[in-house]
Amino acid sequence: MSNESLFYQAFIYLVAAVLSVPIAKRLGLGSVLGYLLAGVIIGPFVLGFVGNEGEDVMHFAEFGVVMMLFLIGLELQPELLWRLRVPIVGLGGLQVLVTTIVFAGISLLFGLPWQIALAIGMTLALSSTAIVLQTLNEKGLAKTDGGQSSFSVLLFQDIAVIPMLALMPLLALEGAATAQNQVIFVAEAAEGTGLPAWQQALLVIGTVVGIILGGRFLMRPIFRFIADTRLREMFTAMALLLVIGIALAMQQVGLSPALGTFVAGVVLADNEYRHELESDIEPFKGLLLGLFFISVGASIDFNLLLRQPLLILGMVLGLAIAKFAVLFALGRIFRLEISQNLLFAFALAQGGEFAFVLFSFATQNRVLPPDVSEPLVAVVALSMVITPLLMIINEKLVQPRFVTEEVEREADEIDDNENPVIILGFGRFGQIIGRLLIANGCRPTLLEHDPSQIDLLRRFGWKVFYGDASRIDLLHAAGAEQAQLLVVAIDDPEKALEIVDLTHKHFPHLKILARAIDRRHAYELIRRGVEVVERETFSSALDMGVEALKLLGVRSYKAHRAARTFKFHDVEALRDMAAAEGDETMVLARSRQLAKDLGQLLQSDDRELTQEVDRAWDISALRKD
Amino acid sequence: MGNPNQILILFAHPALEKSRINRRLIQAVQELDAVTVHDLYEQYPDFHINVKAEQDLLLAHDIIVFHHPFYWYSSPAILKEWQDLVLEHGFAYGKGGTALRGKKFLSAITTGGGEQAYCRQGYNRFSVRELLVPFEQTAHLCGMEYLPPFVVQGTHQLQEQGELGKYTKDYHQVITAFRDGLVDWEKLYQFKHINHGLDQILKSQEVSHHV
Repeated sequence: MSNESLFYQAFIYLVAAVLSVPIAKRLGLGSVLGYLLAGVIIGPFVLGFVGNEGEDVMHFAEFGVVMMLFLIGLELQPELLWRLRVPIVGLGGLQVLVTTIVFAGISLLFGLPWQIALAIGMTLALSSTAIVLQTLNEKGLAKTDGGQSSFSVLLFQDIAVIPMLALMPLLALEGAATAQNQVIFVAEAAEGTGLPAWQQALLVIGTVVGIILGGRFLMRPIFRFIADTRLREMFTAMALLLVIGIALAMQQVGLSPALGTFVAGVVLADNEYRHELESDIEPFKGLLLGLFFISVGASIDFNLLLRQPLLILGMVLGLAIAKFAVLFALGRIFRLEISQNLLFAFALAQGGEFAFVLFSFATQNRVLPPDVSEPLVAVVALSMVITPLLMIINEKLVQPRFVTEEVEREADEIDDNENPVIILGFGRFGQIIGRLLIANGCRPTLLEHDPSQIDLLRRFGWKVFYGDASRIDLLHAAGAEQAQLLVVAIDDPEKALEIVDLTHKHFPHLKILARAIDRRHAYELIRRGVEVVERETFSSALDMGVEALKLLGVRSYKAHRAARTFKFHDVEALRDMAAAEGDETMVLARSRQLAKDLGQLLQSDDRELTQEVDRAWDISALRKD
Repeated sequence: MGNPNQILILFAHPALEKSRINRRLIQAVQELDAVTVHDLYEQYPDFHINVKAEQDLLLAHDIIVFHHPFYWYSSPAILKEWQDLVLEHGFAYGKGGTALRGKKFLSAITTGGGEQAYCRQGYNRFSVRELLVPFEQTAHLCGMEYLPPFVVQGTHQLQEQGELGKYTKDYHQVITAFRDGLVDWEKLYQFKHINHGLDQILKSQEVSHHV
């Protein structure tokens, strides 16, 4: 592909996405459907901007799935994964097994040989990780019981692809033909390493162990090293390098890259750089997945559909109904509550992207004749398109009947992102706040941008994450949507204001408590409507003033009360002046401003404070009576 | 019926989250019209009472209620601090101190000990009314009319269901009756505690309409 046509392609895809996705979202259809429709529109059947190279694009874009699984891994603590072992192996295993048997049985009824029937059965048992997880996330259903069950099944399917790929060539009808398949990022069984089985097994185990050990012990110093450069793009590069590197390594040893990056994600889940990694990979994942959905839409062969509309549509319907039935029955067996079970069954009632891989692989290996596989590919693609529609039907028509049970249900905890308080900046100021909160049973999420600080705190068992707090995506990753309070405790006044503005814009529900560097900064914060503003040195200086008064012979309680009164008036004056301040801030130099402010303050201190304290305890007035 | 009486409830409880009875009592009157619940420990966690603001509050109300648990035969510390600071000479008493004259004063207290503990033979040796004398005298010196107190006794033994609910209802009734002026004043002063004769003291809504 020449540069020009690359840009042309990119232009077409981006225009399609930018136009159709916002419209689809506005119409309540969700982004996935928007991408798919965009693909259909620019595809060969409607506008014809994209031709056969759409297939290559699809294979490239499948890398988005790899990234998605990495991100999912990042959000999953190993303990949670362990807790999900029953749904993953039990529910997932049974789903694949039963659905395979059902579709193989149906194929046999249509008179196909058992090898073909088995290949079809296995392939159709898989669902679309990309579409389902994206849609569930978008609707905020990922953490419900139904969402977690869906995730468990999808994870098992992603693992099951590997043995399926290994099995395919054995099912070949006429002689073994090892076909050279195209670049398949997501799942490629490398049967070609030419090593004996035991060596192959050793290699696989070694690689997985390597990923786990590397993630545990190697990545922390590496991230530290990168973070010390303070170059944001280096961190992004490192994150991408990590994901791509693991994907390649897995491919080399014949494992699924998706599975590999997922494991890497889980290993890194309690790493302090997790939130930063998440927000770096997220946009790439989003775009690649979008690209993938578009290419799925573009790949639908509408000519085939027009030639045999009833057959194809019938098969789509049959596929969805059969899968739904199996899923629903299994959901019952695994005691999913009815509305969650419906969500689960609606979500997974489609064919998956692995089907494209498996079908083309099977065709190359002469397991499936093209006249069988081509309609099936179309059916799978169409079933993916109707998934977002099914989810909407479930949401709008089916779920309302179960609404009472639904509302009460709180989202399950999937990770430790859901702390009510986020503290930005965990230096001298933030630490005190954090310690007080933790001492009183509230665990805050902590973000800090100084790597050496993080190391120190980690050594004492604190969970501190690395990140530049002025990035809104990082706040997202830190759980700003679920949190109630945001404590801005960083020492950079400009950045603090920037964060306040961004937070007001993106997370208006968050109450902000901010550290003010000086009076001027406090004005700015107050004017921005920050709920709580504390000047960083005020309270400690006041305490020291009390001590000074005491050493001068003033009795403690009087000194204490004098300080309280002083503070009361000072805070009042601060609020007044913040309200009165106009644009002159810009004109006068900051130091002159502060000097002027101080002048005003000193005057009012003189006038009011001295007599006001404790009149009632002064009996001089009584004596006159 | 005229305008309702404005009622100020000065509420003092240093550990409300641990209280059973006071939390309910205060909830029962919190949202009432013409009733201001002023939670002193919440307002002044550092005891730095704003004298001017408190005096303004007093001026704006007709009936002042001291609502608190009975600690060492008196109020929790903050309410004592409040009295020391807010009831200034020249405001509440002494020369020119007429601001509170004609207002009514009610103590609403809860005691851990039961009724039998508060008599000559009991371990507290004095009756609740005797022990409340400092408050009665404070009201008197300020020219306020001292009402028989609302007293909940034996709070440690109160049953979740029945008794807690009954006292809560009583308190609500007393406060609304004072607010709406539905009180038989002659009967009222025949009782040591207002709760001893609620049926006779409080006039029902219907009766007052006919009057």
